[in-house]
Amino acid sequence: MINLLLLPIILPFFFAMILLFFKEKIVVQRVLTLIGLAFSLIVSFILMAKVKSDGIQTLTLGSWPAPFGITMVSDMLSVLLVTTSILITFFVVWYSFKSIGEERERHYYYPAVLFMLTGVNGAFTTGDIFNMFVFFEVLLMASYVLIVLGGEKKQLRESIKYILVNVISSALFVITIALLYSVIGTVSMADIAVKVAEVGQPGILTVIAILFLLVFGIKGAIFPLYFWLPGSYAAPPMPVLALFGALLTKVGVYAITRVYTLFFIHNMAVTHELLLILSVVTIIAGCIGALAYFDLKHIMIYNIVIAVGVILFGVAQMNDNGMTGAMYYLMHDMIIKGALFLLIGIIITITGTSNLRKMGGLMTTHAPLGWTYLVAAFGLAGIPPLSGFAGKLLIAKGAFEAGNAWGSIIMLASSLVVLLSVIRIFIYAFWGEPKLDATRVKIRYGHLMAPAVVLVILSVFYGVGTEWLVPYMTDASHVLLNPSTYIDAVFKE
Amino acid sequence: MEFIMAIVIGVLFMAAVYLILSRSLLRVILGTGLLSHGAHLLILTMGGLGGTSPPVLADGVTDYADPLPQALILTAIVISFGVTAFMIVLFYRAYGEHKTDNMNLMKGNDEHD
Repeated sequence: MINLLLLPIILPFFFAMILLFFKEKIVVQRVLTLIGLAFSLIVSFILMAKVKSDGIQTLTLGSWPAPFGITMVSDMLSVLLVTTSILITFFVVWYSFKSIGEERERHYYYPAVLFMLTGVNGAFTTGDIFNMFVFFEVLLMASYVLIVLGGEKKQLRESIKYILVNVISSALFVITIALLYSVIGTVSMADIAVKVAEVGQPGILTVIAILFLLVFGIKGAIFPLYFWLPGSYAAPPMPVLALFGALLTKVGVYAITRVYTLFFIHNMAVTHELLLILSVVTIIAGCIGALAYFDLKHIMIYNIVIAVGVILFGVAQMNDNGMTGAMYYLMHDMIIKGALFLLIGIIITITGTSNLRKMGGLMTTHAPLGWTYLVAAFGLAGIPPLSGFAGKLLIAKGAFEAGNAWGSIIMLASSLVVLLSVIRIFIYAFWGEPKLDATRVKIRYGHLMAPAVVLVILSVFYGVGTEWLVPYMTDASHVLLNPSTYIDAVFKE
Repeated sequence: MEFIMAIVIGVLFMAAVYLILSRSLLRVILGTGLLSHGAHLLILTMGGLGGTSPPVLADGVTDYADPLPQALILTAIVISFGVTAFMIVLFYRAYGEHKTDNMNLMKGNDEHD
């Protein structure tokens, strides 16, 4: 029984509420947001140390005994995700100061970001499937605000689609929970795991497992269900896109991972095989999209789809190496996607367009930006000392052990496509004849560079310090592969 | 009773899908409303209808209604209420900007090649 694990959820919520009182005082809003995020970050690091030393932390709200009350569970995976989310939000907020515009800042941009973080952290931490739905709604509601804030024509048009897709998938989520409740008679995740094991997962539960894949697949953008993502994500301004790209799809990925390692592990021939195939197809579809566009935003957005495929491919292996690799890749992708979105945001700010064909020659005038971008791009593709390498290596190793050679070959080949797609941006934007006119060259971008550079440096440390992170990642994958540790932690009190 | 409810839920879903697939934004909102009603009724039905007493601990009461689906529905109703309100405002705003409520005229992406 420990209240610590609630703080990363409550602190952003608390600060968001305070911010609502300072609508016109932008400086106060900025400072308070950073303070709130810094506190949350410190608390989540303390929580991580606690989870590392004492194992899984649980809290059952209202002191109801475990299967009846709503349980919050902080295992290594969720605390890692919570910490990374807060970290990225911190940098994106810092970046927003100079890029989002005062108009949006006055209209509750920061509270919306913090409310979204509340929902994201809650969804990562909760141990109750219906409570997860509630936190999903919290983060979706805030994301609706963020995607439409500003009210440009394009934003309005795209947010209609975004909201419709999410409303329908939320309804499906409720339906799936209802069906699960009728079969199992509980909504506590640990209890569901126990009951599913008791009845041995008959056909009806396998159907429900597929329904869960459908629901979370829409949020997480896996193959046939990612259709809404490119259009909607391209509409909002860059900091919002960075937040969405780094955090929101990962919530769906986390939910699939949790459900497919805790509940439905008794009929893997159907469920995990399907997950495997879909993840590989997701990788291929993402690759096609990443190469097809000449628009900076769209290239990066399709890279989100590829990453989702790679992570789920690692999860679908269900062995030590694959799962640990997936954990590595998950954190890596959040950090590096955040950094890359911030960097291409700077490119777009400088050139005034997101069309690659209209750019060129930035290297002569903006060399630091070019080098930072190149490091981040190599990191994304997984060039050895950088952060993407360890994860992909472990996933490929796990896939070969599980006998999925064809899948891992496709996964490895996708790295080349990722590299090609990001290097294409580099070649078009930074090489060639300078196309900027004199007024645009003078645009100052130092304030925007700072958070992006720090984030890239973090990702480099993440790659170089792989060895140091091993115990954390193996802890995370250990809980996923041994659901009994999770169940015991919830029921021990 | 469950059988009748299943049919009612099915009809609600059917109407919801039809309305969501239509082009007018107003019909789409009505569709999502029906969809969430269907989902809520489904929770109620899936919890098992029946139980003659309220779920309050008292001597001699053994056959009581399942309280959990009611709590879940209450939460889900509040959420869908909020989302619907937001949607109506957003769609109205989009109608004002685009001068149309026809989804066909709002598709596509004007910027990239």
